[in-house]
Amino acid sequence: MQTQSLFGTETDINTLMGKRKRIGLLWKVAFLFSTTLAILFLILLLLTVIDSSFGYVALRNEVEPSSLIAGKKSVKDFSRAELERVAATNLSSGILRRVEYEKPLEQRTGNDLVALLEQYVIKPKVLKTWGLWDSLTHTKAIDEYSRSEEGSYLTFKSWINAEFFLADQSADPLHAGIRTAFLGSLWIILITFLFAFPIGVGSAIYLQEYAQDNRLNRILQLNIFNLSAVPSIIYGLLGLAVFVRAMQSFTSGSMFSSLTDATANGRTILSGGLTLGLLVLPVIIINTQEALKAVPASLRMSSYGVGATKWQTIWHQVLPASGERILTGTILALSRALGETAPLVVIGASTFISVDPTGIFSKFTTLPIQIYQWSARPQGAYRNLAGAAIIALLILLMLMNSTAIYTRDKLAKKKRLES
Amino acid sequence: MNTSNLAEALNLGFEKKAVTHQQKTSLTLDKVNIRYGTFLAVKDISLAIYERQVTAFIGPSGCGKSTVLRSINRMNDMIRGASIVGSVLFNGYDLYAKDVDPVLVRRKIGMVFQKPNPFPKSIYENIAWGARINGFKGDYDELVETSLRSAALWEEVKDKLKQNALRLSGGQQQRLCIARTIAVQPEVILMDEPASALDPIATGKIEELIQELKASYTIIIVTHNMGQASRVSDHTAFFMVDEQKTGYLQEYAPTEQLFLNPRHKKTEEYISGKFG
Repeated sequence: MQTQSLFGTETDINTLMGKRKRIGLLWKVAFLFSTTLAILFLILLLLTVIDSSFGYVALRNEVEPSSLIAGKKSVKDFSRAELERVAATNLSSGILRRVEYEKPLEQRTGNDLVALLEQYVIKPKVLKTWGLWDSLTHTKAIDEYSRSEEGSYLTFKSWINAEFFLADQSADPLHAGIRTAFLGSLWIILITFLFAFPIGVGSAIYLQEYAQDNRLNRILQLNIFNLSAVPSIIYGLLGLAVFVRAMQSFTSGSMFSSLTDATANGRTILSGGLTLGLLVLPVIIINTQEALKAVPASLRMSSYGVGATKWQTIWHQVLPASGERILTGTILALSRALGETAPLVVIGASTFISVDPTGIFSKFTTLPIQIYQWSARPQGAYRNLAGAAIIALLILLMLMNSTAIYTRDKLAKKKRLES
Repeated sequence: MNTSNLAEALNLGFEKKAVTHQQKTSLTLDKVNIRYGTFLAVKDISLAIYERQVTAFIGPSGCGKSTVLRSINRMNDMIRGASIVGSVLFNGYDLYAKDVDPVLVRRKIGMVFQKPNPFPKSIYENIAWGARINGFKGDYDELVETSLRSAALWEEVKDKLKQNALRLSGGQQQRLCIARTIAVQPEVILMDEPASALDPIATGKIEELIQELKASYTIIIVTHNMGQASRVSDHTAFFMVDEQKTGYLQEYAPTEQLFLNPRHKKTEEYISGKFG
């Protein structure tokens, strides 16, 4: 029997219920679809990067090892005595003098000598490179190419390897590495942090805890939001005008000492770090303010209730309660700075530099700039290098972000279970 | 200023007998008007709070009883746009005089809030922190123990003083908040609906505690619970709200008298549960 009410009959209710459930399901599928799409794109990005970081390389030697010692196909097959003899006779006198000056041949290890001979005598040149996918699926074509090129041979190379991290920039893609760029990035981030963190957190505390709610402060607040949305290249122009040009004697260090690198002309790590500091400053301020806002009013009230001053309340109660959020936000902001390229290019970061930065007044290059520069070169091998450098940058970023998450969780847990 | 005269003046004829038995007036509110921006929250509040007695503030929601309570230790200073006219005298001194530091006021007039809000620190630190920032020079272990004993919490927590206070139950947290307030040795304790977030058993413990604390402290308690007001307080102030949503003091009398023999019809209706 059907019961009748203002909601309709039993059947009406069931029909409507079915419809409601279907609408819910439809939305759920839509959300799932967008998530899947996002993840797919991320995977695609990762695959592309990995694809270019590994694969076959066709090489041709300038001097064949067999012409040095008859019957030996690779330098690695040479005996210790042969290595020393070949090195002494075949290295050009200039290089030999430098090598001997650094460390006499007799004292060098076998691997060291092999590397020396490969770099200065054998001089393999990259003819063509293939990605990981091609290397696995088009082996035949690769083989044919190798046979068609006189004197060439194939080798499977992982572009990301120990030497890649330890070597400096080099014109030879087989020996190029990211050490200089990596150190440059670390220095820049250090300066950015030292500049932006205290100033950002300080102004956030002022704006959130002390500032009156008046027109001036509201305008200030609005503009901090606007600043956080300004394109990074604009910050680059600002940095160029202020830090590189106007404050040159300060940022190049000539104000303090005459021993600094005179060719830097203010395009130093200090300028770069300060520029990126300006870039992330609004982000840090906004994030810190949000963290302070999230501290419950009851905590402040209870602090005032036992006769604490404003400063004691902020220092002993509010900051410890919001510390983890402030820290996490700062690390995320620094990750953003780490990946910035445009502003540093504008202020004139070096594109080719093989000297490690030694301090804040050094010229510098950073990982993203290195990647940009490598990927813009016409030779294929540099694109493999760019892929490997991207992996290095991603690893660095992931390390920073997971540190942020780990710190947050650990502090939160500690707070919950403090015994 | 002679505060006891003012107190007498404020208490009309039939209260006089009771008043003469009181020792001293601790706090005197004289024509207090509090505004939030342009909104008049309470008007012309005048009443006297007696030393080492429990005074209850009751009234319907929005009548401004909590506002008046917060004005007594200058907590309203924290609220943007809040302003006060009139005077609040504490032991004869105007709490709103220019040279008075609100931080010192709050140390002398402590506060316990509606929702238990211990610091996210250890039980020990919850008590010690307030004393430390106020420059306490005595033995902290002793202070923690006496404060916890006064708040009837010592036996329950003496073995876990280093534990985070947030792991205590709601009732224990609230007693910890009372202990924390006692630790800075105030003269007056303001309680803003201290038991409204607690279960009946925890509420009972808080009420018992208030009775004990009365011996050493002047207590003002805001409550929605009529039974609680009648059980714990010596004096009751009944606040009402007018058409402009402005609160005012309808009736102020010794608790027994207010509950058994209210002078105003509104009071009678409210305490008998006709509205509120």
